[in-house]
Amino acid sequence: MAIDMTGSTKLSLGPVLFYWSRDALFDFYAQAAEMPVDIIYLGETVCSKRRSLRSSDWLDIATELSDNTDKEIILSTLALLEAESELKTLRRLCENGRFMVEANDIGAVQILTQRQLPFVTGPSVNIYNPATLKLLAAKGLKRWMLPIELSKETLRQMQSQRPQGLETEVFCYGRMPLTLSARCFTARSHNLPKDDCQYKCIDYPDGRLLATQEGEPFLALNGIQTVSAKTCNLLPEIPLLRELKVDVLRISPQSTFTRQIVDAFHQSLNGSAIKDLGKYMPLGPCDGYWHGSSGLSACTESSPP
Amino acid sequence: MELVCPAGNLPSLKVAVDNGADAVYFGLRNDTNARHFPGLNFNEKRAAEGIAYAKARGARVFMAINTFPRPDGWERWRQAVDIAASLSVDALICADIGVLDYACHRWPDLKLHLSVQASSTNYEALAFYHQSFGIKRAVLPRVLSLSQVQQVVEHTPVEIEIFGFGSLCVMVEGRCILSSYVTGESPNTHGACSPAQFVEYRETAEGLESRLGGVLTDRYGKGEQAGYPTICKGRFAVGKNTFYAIEEPTSLNTLALLPDLFRAGVKAIKIEGRQRTPAYVGQVTKVWREAIDSCRRDPDNFLAKQCWNASLDQVSEGASTTLGPYYRPWQ
Repeated sequence: MAIDMTGSTKLSLGPVLFYWSRDALFDFYAQAAEMPVDIIYLGETVCSKRRSLRSSDWLDIATELSDNTDKEIILSTLALLEAESELKTLRRLCENGRFMVEANDIGAVQILTQRQLPFVTGPSVNIYNPATLKLLAAKGLKRWMLPIELSKETLRQMQSQRPQGLETEVFCYGRMPLTLSARCFTARSHNLPKDDCQYKCIDYPDGRLLATQEGEPFLALNGIQTVSAKTCNLLPEIPLLRELKVDVLRISPQSTFTRQIVDAFHQSLNGSAIKDLGKYMPLGPCDGYWHGSSGLSACTESSPP
Repeated sequence: MELVCPAGNLPSLKVAVDNGADAVYFGLRNDTNARHFPGLNFNEKRAAEGIAYAKARGARVFMAINTFPRPDGWERWRQAVDIAASLSVDALICADIGVLDYACHRWPDLKLHLSVQASSTNYEALAFYHQSFGIKRAVLPRVLSLSQVQQVVEHTPVEIEIFGFGSLCVMVEGRCILSSYVTGESPNTHGACSPAQFVEYRETAEGLESRLGGVLTDRYGKGEQAGYPTICKGRFAVGKNTFYAIEEPTSLNTLALLPDLFRAGVKAIKIEGRQRTPAYVGQVTKVWREAIDSCRRDPDNFLAKQCWNASLDQVSEGASTTLGPYYRPWQ
């Protein structure tokens, strides 16, 4: 049972985008059980080779969290589906019989709608207009996420035409997922082919930094995914997010300080002053997409870490 | 197997048809297609001229409306679909679910292809578009290996078209926002990757620099040829090394794989490059026409001729080519 917060804004913990060890993940979710979030997304969304937890482990964590907390538990699925084995895992997750699934590819949407199951969509399903939203809502979409690159202005327009009962989620904190490839860039940075990647990404729990030749931090490599070097932070936008009737604010886990970040969002939602999260961000904030600008720019003034 | 060639303008369309393209694809002069570059593309009158030229010579014409309209642009995309229908194009290439929905209901006789920008890499995703909108064909993103392409072909009723030659997108098309990350504009929203107005070249003490949206993408030594500053083809520092961290500036060339693609049941080969010159289009179309004909006659003994590859190398970005994702070790 989810916490009854009718009319109030909920907080979610997104899926861990990076490759963490089995112990780190179990520890993290033991702590997450105590965090003031309403929704927890669980599962591997980036690379099917990552096996510190198997599907059955994820289901165990889901069951544990669901049985012992009031949080809504969602199973997140792989964003880039290439091999038959990946489709098999996806089908198994979709048919779990208990938890709703976050589709991160239209292939997952297909499997879920075929089985007439309700679903939510993550940041890699392209929903750019009300016509798309309406069609997916008719097929069972319960909550959608605003694509990372879209602005508050587009969100405002989307919200004014959103189908009744459909929830909206916005990526509010974390390194932003920017792109996916067949190629593993972490392996490449170690001069290894993908088929012999040696699971190097486990050494970079927040991604491996890529900088320009003038030393400007630019991107972080996360296996086949590339994320922003700077951390998206929409905490100062909470009043507007509320005004736009956003239902869920997503915080994307990082290897340290996730608890403090969640607390800061929770406190702001409950009326406390907006905290400066600078010291929790490895390389400072960005919020350009939200303001209709380039994604890496920081439009809101924030004191340095 | 069909040869599908790029038409950035009327001269390119004509030279593609003259050199044996089975089909050509084009877009309108606005952000409804993913090659929205200055001076490129067609107005309605030109498009009608091109279609007449192609049809008189037995070639088909596809129109691309393959970007993602936001609410305030919806009307433009809707009009583009109506224009495609009034032009009687042989197929409309779309990516956005809302646009596909509009097209299939408003113009049920208009044949729909799924654009590479729809990011569909598996047969379940294709089933969604097939069952929802009746798509006849899909263009696969440049991320699958040859055996994965074959797997898709075997499990879908939809015809499969793949990229055979041209600039190599190493990311999953339709889900890459590196361009808007630095410029605010992406292929999805504005129909262009790394738009020209954000490109800068600067001569400095450390050499020639290329920048996109102010971000340094590369520095070139004396005599080194400067490339276009797309993020994925730049040189960056990771750990102690500065290198092409994402991809070298190379082009895709799958000529050597042609018999395998043929046997895998691939229905059409797409040539990238609406932004390239008519000379490029003519040269590439001619080589691929010969190659496909030769492969069709005798796939078991097909060998990519050296003169074909030499001819393609002349027009390749970075003057080198790769088999890309189709060849597993590249990944």
